[in-house]
Amino acid sequence: MATYLIRRLLWLIPILFVVALITFIMMHAAPGGPWDRDLNARQVDATTQNTLNEYYGLDKPLWRQFTAYVFGDVNKENKFVCGLVCGNLGPSYRVRGRTVQDILFEPPKEKSFLYSRFGYSMRLGGLALSMAILIGIPAGMIAALKQNTWIDYVSLFITSIGISIPSFVMAIFLIIIFASMLHLVNVVPKDWDDGKAWILPAAVLGFGTMAFTARLTRASMLEVLRQDYVRTARAKGLHERVVIFRHMLRNALIPVVTILGPALAALVTGSFIIETMFGFPGMGRAYVTAIGQRDYSMILGTTLLFVFLVSLANLTVDMLYVVIDPRIRINE
Amino acid sequence: MTNTTAAKQQKLISEGDSGALRSRSPWRDATGRLMRNKASVTGLVIILFFTLLTIFAPQIAPHNPLQLNSGQGFLPPSWVEESGNGTKGIPDYPLGTDTLGRDALSRIIYGARVSMIVGFAPTAIILLMGTFVGMMAGYYGGRWDNFLMRLTDIMYGFPDLLFFIITLVALRDTWIGEFMNGLFLLFLALAVVNWVGVARLVRGQVLSLKEKEFVEAARSIGAKDSRIMMKHLLPNILGPIIVQGSFAIPSMIITEAILGYLGLGLKPTTDPEAFFITSWGSLLLEGQSAINAQPYLLLAPAICVALVVLAFTFVGDGLRDALDPRMRGTQ
Repeated sequence: MATYLIRRLLWLIPILFVVALITFIMMHAAPGGPWDRDLNARQVDATTQNTLNEYYGLDKPLWRQFTAYVFGDVNKENKFVCGLVCGNLGPSYRVRGRTVQDILFEPPKEKSFLYSRFGYSMRLGGLALSMAILIGIPAGMIAALKQNTWIDYVSLFITSIGISIPSFVMAIFLIIIFASMLHLVNVVPKDWDDGKAWILPAAVLGFGTMAFTARLTRASMLEVLRQDYVRTARAKGLHERVVIFRHMLRNALIPVVTILGPALAALVTGSFIIETMFGFPGMGRAYVTAIGQRDYSMILGTTLLFVFLVSLANLTVDMLYVVIDPRIRINE
Repeated sequence: MTNTTAAKQQKLISEGDSGALRSRSPWRDATGRLMRNKASVTGLVIILFFTLLTIFAPQIAPHNPLQLNSGQGFLPPSWVEESGNGTKGIPDYPLGTDTLGRDALSRIIYGARVSMIVGFAPTAIILLMGTFVGMMAGYYGGRWDNFLMRLTDIMYGFPDLLFFIITLVALRDTWIGEFMNGLFLLFLALAVVNWVGVARLVRGQVLSLKEKEFVEAARSIGAKDSRIMMKHLLPNILGPIIVQGSFAIPSMIITEAILGYLGLGLKPTTDPEAFFITSWGSLLLEGQSAINAQPYLLLAPAICVALVVLAFTFVGDGLRDALDPRMRGTQ
């Protein structure tokens, strides 16, 4: 187990390296420098450009820029500035004077970490995921136990919609119904300290995962339902509740754990659109804004952070899977 | 593509029929099962409807999608008596107008072109490429296999949407991004990511099939590798490939809509001769900015995306059940 964990963790390094390389090359393949694209700001003259290039190390050869980004390099004052390996994502090209990690992780003054962009996204993602699991698993369970009744059909219908309709189309429908037509919430809530504002974005973000969880729980419950040990449990006179929760659910939930990995990836990619739509002050919207502004270092840094998070989530799920199900043996 | 798939199936059916025993071919069986599936037939009808829209857009669209009508911006749909900004819908513009007074319905009809082509063109590429590499990896193993496996490892770590965004941001303003108003780059990015999945599927199928007796028999009578692959392996894995393709289409359409919404899709054009004028993704972006003035501008393309995606999913589900009845009812 430990060797497996270490090997998987080490395997993360080449993946991140390759992703960093691809992203880095892509960002530098884009025509033009970072300074001549800021259409809203004044265009910088040649001398200033040279100074800026020198300041950000953009006058160096490309390979040197890449190693500087990943490992670090000495700056003009002969001080070593550590790169990606120390968690330094580099300076933002648009928000002058701030680094990418500042923008993502630094909360506003006198607020806790939860109020940073990362913190906001984390809370929204956590809320969406818990909503998805807390509704999805019971819904799937009930649908399986009441198979072929109207409850089952209604839940099948809703989950089919949730699986096939993309979350952002769902978001549009819900925004129009609840905000534009019924005026229950603001289209773009101003105050995110108000808990009510979180319901709609979290529900939309988690809806697909909820539907998928419910589907999978239903399918694996149905499989477990006909197992011998369930019949045995009933035969020896156990209370139905004990049979369902102790014997059935515990085994039925094993496959459900596997979707947590893809679900987390879906939360990450879903967050771009959902956060932008609701004007949510999280990482996803920062990323979309960076795209609009062509803030290359911000795009590069945030992409790597997302990839890192998704890989870590996949790894955790694989580990969890082994812990939950002792039948699974890792082939060393 | 629907037509060509149908034609291919038709061809395969007739080939099967020309055999000595006039038995029903598995393809005819599958077509029958598909046609009995109500959801799939509904899906096929919707797809046919939108395909016709894309082909006959100039004849069907009531207005030129690029024509500006000053003073008639933000008209609500014709059935709305009085909208929030005090304007009244007129029958001339069934779905109303956008901020510049362009006809919303015509723009949606033209937008269907992009969604349909984005669904089909990259799918065709990934099926060809994926089948080729997957076959090589499964049949010969070795270097092909290693290449495929390492590539998948990286692709799994890189969420698809992030890759699309990076590619499009970087290459949008190069010559390759200008080609076909940016559609070509979109096809390329979609194909580069998705072919790996097809290759993995084909590899797995080939690995299990190549040990089967009929392949052994073919080899023993001296059939060349290429013949075994084309005549013996390919027809046997065609079913799963078609199913994979039919599920790839809706995901490509969704991706286009998302990228369009992020402002990374089709480049806006003012050329009235252009074939691809706007896309549903771009319409969503335009609609979002006008959500308070005219919510229908956002609602209409969203409904279209949902409808087409659902239609393709229904057909995909039906194809999966029809081509492999054993998988019916499983996830």
